[in-house]
Amino acid sequence: MQDTDVRTRGARATARAPRARTGRRLGQALIPYVWIGPATLLIAVVVLWPVVEMIRTSLQKISSSGVTLGSNGTTNYSDLFDEGDLVHVVVRTLLWVAGVVIVTMVISLALAQLLNARFPGRRVVRWAVIVPWAASVLMTALVWKWMLDNYFGVVNEVLLDLHVLHKPVNWLAHPDQAMLWMMWVAVFVSLPFASFVILAGLQTIPGEVYEAARVDGSGTFRTYFRITLPMLRPALLIAAIINVINVFNSFPIIWAMTQGGPGHATDTTTTFMYKIAFFDQNVGESAAMAVVNFALVLVMVLLYLRASRWREEVR
Amino acid sequence: MTATTVRTKAAAKPKPVSFRKVILTGVAWLVGLAFVAPYLEMLVTALKPEHELMRSSYLPTKWEWSNFVDVWRAAPIWQNMKVSLLVAGAATIVTLLCGLPAAYYTARNRFRGRNAFLLLILITQMFAPTALVIGIYREMVALNLTDTLLSLILVNAAFNLPFCVWILHGYFASIPKELEEAAFLDGAGRIKALVRVTLPISMPGVVTAVVYTFIGAWNEYIVALTITSSPNRQPLTVAIPSFVTQYQEHWQYLFATSLIAIVPVVILFVFIERYLIGGLTAGSIK
Repeated sequence: MQDTDVRTRGARATARAPRARTGRRLGQALIPYVWIGPATLLIAVVVLWPVVEMIRTSLQKISSSGVTLGSNGTTNYSDLFDEGDLVHVVVRTLLWVAGVVIVTMVISLALAQLLNARFPGRRVVRWAVIVPWAASVLMTALVWKWMLDNYFGVVNEVLLDLHVLHKPVNWLAHPDQAMLWMMWVAVFVSLPFASFVILAGLQTIPGEVYEAARVDGSGTFRTYFRITLPMLRPALLIAAIINVINVFNSFPIIWAMTQGGPGHATDTTTTFMYKIAFFDQNVGESAAMAVVNFALVLVMVLLYLRASRWREEVR
Repeated sequence: MTATTVRTKAAAKPKPVSFRKVILTGVAWLVGLAFVAPYLEMLVTALKPEHELMRSSYLPTKWEWSNFVDVWRAAPIWQNMKVSLLVAGAATIVTLLCGLPAAYYTARNRFRGRNAFLLLILITQMFAPTALVIGIYREMVALNLTDTLLSLILVNAAFNLPFCVWILHGYFASIPKELEEAAFLDGAGRIKALVRVTLPISMPGVVTAVVYTFIGAWNEYIVALTITSSPNRQPLTVAIPSFVTQYQEHWQYLFATSLIAIVPVVILFVFIERYLIGGLTAGSIK
């Protein structure tokens, strides 16, 4: 807001300038685009072009070797909607996103409070919590796969030694169990980022606010729900939306642990799309799946824009 | 647990260690342990001799430290690591070169197209390479860039750029303009004022942007899996799963390599953890 008045001052100064300087003013007018040009160009070429290319491909007939054989109308889409597994895959994807994000946000709220509290060794605990963020998701998924191994996995060993199980369970062979374990891994890798964003949010709440609440005789729970949570809204919003996008697009966890199998029983839209393209060699139909997937993301983006009231925030 | 935050004021007076504090510390340490446990299991597995992998035991009977030496000979992981470093490093530099000026200018000035640009940034933040991988693949085929490092660098730079611009924009906007104006009065130009005054104060934001991009690129999997085919152009993420296939199961090498990849990044994080919280604040508040 301070910049606006400086800006108007500048505008007034240029208004007073003689007409002879039009050329220079044109040059001045182009300056902003020099500053934002490279970023815009990079996004246009590498992010927006694939969007266009994907939509185009979804309407084309592509041979299994990748050669374009001309237009295909909406055949790719009708082929996609004829896939018996599609409905299951989409429903599973939505459950996967909702489940992982809700659990992540709830645990992160508690975790952020814990990391904000004072105790000896707090820095070390914070470093420990960061580790799954720093580690590649693929590698984390692979170690969980190893820990869940039927014969040699540490999870079965511990449960057998504690007499919770009587014989080893092949966790990843059963779709429902596999899905729950993969959701857990997704939560595990999402927690560091979400709790650090919330922790950052907690630290922006001035101490005086709590002081005032205490003077008013507000109890712990009341203070939390009436003051802390509402003030965390921006942080929660950004943590949740980034988490939604990441989880929705999460490919390595499922790819490493079950490859969406058995059959399509643990596929989400992204692994399903990948299999159509590179296993079934049907790039056109895969692009159609990608467009459907992308439409789902766009809906979420619009919801986010409404929630964040971006116009007010950008100002 | 909020009580702890409220209590800090009261705790300023020296008090005997309370029971609650002991419990809190215990819980916190257990939580910390839970987060590193899978990576400890990685380490234990990486230190097992191959014949002990297929035997259920918590710890190796013989600690095979030589696995960490042998793995370099078992597969060309040095080459894959160079690819990962090059791609992540170059992507980070490209992101900063494109992102810093845009974030700075939009935070300081209003001009026609500013809102459109910020909306573009906000929307493309939501685009992930995974969702667009088919389009990226087709584009790289069209540009004849499949199986090149350049394509990996561009993709990683571009997809991390929006978040970085957003964070930096928030950070720059939170720095009072008066600080720069003082530098202007001293005769410094706009760029000099940016480099001498604003950038140093913005370090938390810059560090967050750098780390976010570097980690994102270092860990990227699906695009690299799709557009690289020669083993010597594959980053670590694509190369390591080949230690465990239907023909061979070298879990010890897989996890030794994973740790070699993870440890430097964790150390990087430890150094910047302090900045990170400040940087993330800018992104979420503005």
